[in-house]
Amino acid sequence: MELMLKVKSLAFSYGNGPVFENVSFSLKKGEVMCILGPNGAGKSTLIKCIAGVLKPAAGSVSILGEDTASLGVRGIARLIGYVPQQNEVVFPFSVLDFVVMGRAPHLSMFASPCAEDMEIARESLAVVGLSDLAERPVSSLSGGQSQMVLIARALVQKPALLLLDEPTSHLDFGNQVLVLETVQRLASLGMSIVMNTHMPDHAFLVGSKAAALAEGRLVALGEVETVVTSKMMSSVYGVKVAVREIEDMKRKVCLPLQGR
Amino acid sequence: MPDCRYSRTALVYLLPLALLIGSLFVGRYQTPVSAVVDESMKAFSSLIFGTPVSVSTSHTVLFNVRLPRILAALLVGAALSTAGVSFQGIFRNPLVSPYILGVGAGSGFGACLAILLWDSYLLIQLMAFAFGLLAMFLAISMSKASKGTGTLVFVLSGIIVSSIFTALTSLVKYVADPYNDLPAIVFWLMGSLADVRYGDLLYILLPMFVGALVLLFLRWRINILSLGDEEAKALGMNVEKMRLIIIVCATLMTSAAVSISGVIGWVGLVVPHIARMIVGPNYSRLLPMSMVIGASFMLLVDDLSRTIAATEIPLGILTSLVGAPLFAYLVRRGRMGWN
Repeated sequence: MELMLKVKSLAFSYGNGPVFENVSFSLKKGEVMCILGPNGAGKSTLIKCIAGVLKPAAGSVSILGEDTASLGVRGIARLIGYVPQQNEVVFPFSVLDFVVMGRAPHLSMFASPCAEDMEIARESLAVVGLSDLAERPVSSLSGGQSQMVLIARALVQKPALLLLDEPTSHLDFGNQVLVLETVQRLASLGMSIVMNTHMPDHAFLVGSKAAALAEGRLVALGEVETVVTSKMMSSVYGVKVAVREIEDMKRKVCLPLQGR
Repeated sequence: MPDCRYSRTALVYLLPLALLIGSLFVGRYQTPVSAVVDESMKAFSSLIFGTPVSVSTSHTVLFNVRLPRILAALLVGAALSTAGVSFQGIFRNPLVSPYILGVGAGSGFGACLAILLWDSYLLIQLMAFAFGLLAMFLAISMSKASKGTGTLVFVLSGIIVSSIFTALTSLVKYVADPYNDLPAIVFWLMGSLADVRYGDLLYILLPMFVGALVLLFLRWRINILSLGDEEAKALGMNVEKMRLIIIVCATLMTSAAVSISGVIGWVGLVVPHIARMIVGPNYSRLLPMSMVIGASFMLLVDDLSRTIAATEIPLGILTSLVGAPLFAYLVRRGRMGWN
C-alpha cells in the first residue's frame, strides 16, 4: 500500500527543554493512527507540528513522499486537513460560510469562493450528516455538531491526511461514538487519519495503529493490540488498567481498575 | 424570502447617493429644488462642454461649499468604517476601533505640531497623515521586537504608542499660544469638515482608493484571519504577511481620513455593528456594507453638525453623542452579530 505520511525523528521545543523528541512513525493510505498519552505529554503539539502550524526543532515530516518543509503553509494545507480541538469563533458565521473557508488553500489570494466551492462545502456537510444546518450560525451548534463542522471544513480542503486533535473531548457518550464512526467511515473511503485521544479504548474502536507518547517520547508504537496492553497503559497513565476481550463482541476493551 | 432580503440589502447601497442629493439642500442658505436642478444642469454642462458658468451665490453654496464637504463626509465615513471593520476582524474583537494602533493619537500630534510651527492647511494635513503612518510603524516594530506573538502584542503596542503621542499632544497644547494656536488645536482635535475644498479631496483620494481596493479584494480572507492564527495557518494562510497588508491598508485609509477631518471617534466602531446586523458576519458582504453605511452615517451626522445650531458643532462631539447611545441600544437589544 501507498505510504502516506512519514514522520522522522521529529522534535519540538518552546525554548526550555524539548516537549517531545525523536518521534518517528509512518502511515499508509486508509490507516488510522491513534496517539495516546497523558495530559501534557505533547500530543497536541505533535499534531500541530505535523500540520505545519508549529515549526519543529528537528526532524522531518513528509507526505506522499514530499517534505512538508519545502511545501509551504499553502501546499501543506492542500494535503493535510487539521481539525483543532473545540475552537472559539468570535463572529457567528453561518455553518456553510464557515465550512467553505476550507477552500482557502485552493483559491488565489484575492479570490472569494465561487459556486463550485460552495458545492464542495455542501458535499462535505452531507458527508458528516449536517446538511440541514448549513444556514445556522456556528455559535448555535452543540459540541458534537461543532466538531462535525470542523471535520467538514477540513474535508473541504480535499486533503490526503486528516489530523484530529482530541475530537471526542467535551463530547457526550453518543456524540463520541458518532465522531468515531465518522472517522471510521472516512478511513474506509481511503483517508489516512492521525488522531489524538484521551481514551485508550477508542484505539480499539477505530485504530489500525496506535502510539503512546509519554514524557516527550514515543514509548510504544505498532498494532493497537501491542500498544494498548494493561502493562503499557498502566505505566503511561500511572493508574491500574485492565485490557479484556469481550467474547460476544469480538473486541478488546480497556478499562480502569479501582485502587492503585 | 432570501430574494426579498437581498433586494433590501441592495437598496442600502443606494443610500449614500440619495443622501448626497438630499444633503445639497441642507443648510442655512435656502436652495429650492428648482435652483438645485438648474445649477446642477449648468455645472454639468460646464464640466462636459466647458461652457462658462456664471458664478451665482447658489452655485457657490452648492458646488464650492456643500458638495466638497458632502463628498468628504462620504469618503471619511467609508474609510473609518472600512478600517474599523477590518481591524475588528484581524484582532478578533468586535470592540476594536480604527485607532487601535495609535493612528488617531499619532495623527492628532502631527496636526497639532503643524499648527504650532507653520499654520499652513496643507502642512497640517500632511503632518497628520505622516504621523498616523508613523504611529502604525512604531506599533508594528514594537510588536515585532517583542518575544510574544499574535494580536495581543499588537494591541499592547498600540496602547503604548497612543499614550506617548497623547502626552506629546498635551505638551504641544501646553506650549501653544493660547489666543491663536491653542483654539485651532482644540478645534482640529474635535474634528470638522467645514473647511474642506476639492483640492483636499485629491490628496486623500489615492491612499483611500488603494486601501479600499486591496481590502475589498482580500475581504474574504479576513474571515479566515478572524479564526485565530493557528487555524488560519492550518488553512494555508501566511498569517503574518496577510495581517500586515490589512493593517497597512486600514491605516492608510484611517490616516487619510483623519488628515482632513480630525480625529472622529465612534464611527469606525459603531458602523460595523450596524452592518453586521444587516448582512451578518461574513466579510464578503460585511466589508462593502460597512463602507456604504459608514459613508451614509458620516454624511447624516455632518448634516446635523451644520444645521442644528447657529454655529458649527464639531463632528467628533456629534459622532459620540449619536454613536454612543446607538451603541448602547444595540447592546441592549443584544443584536450585535457576535457572541
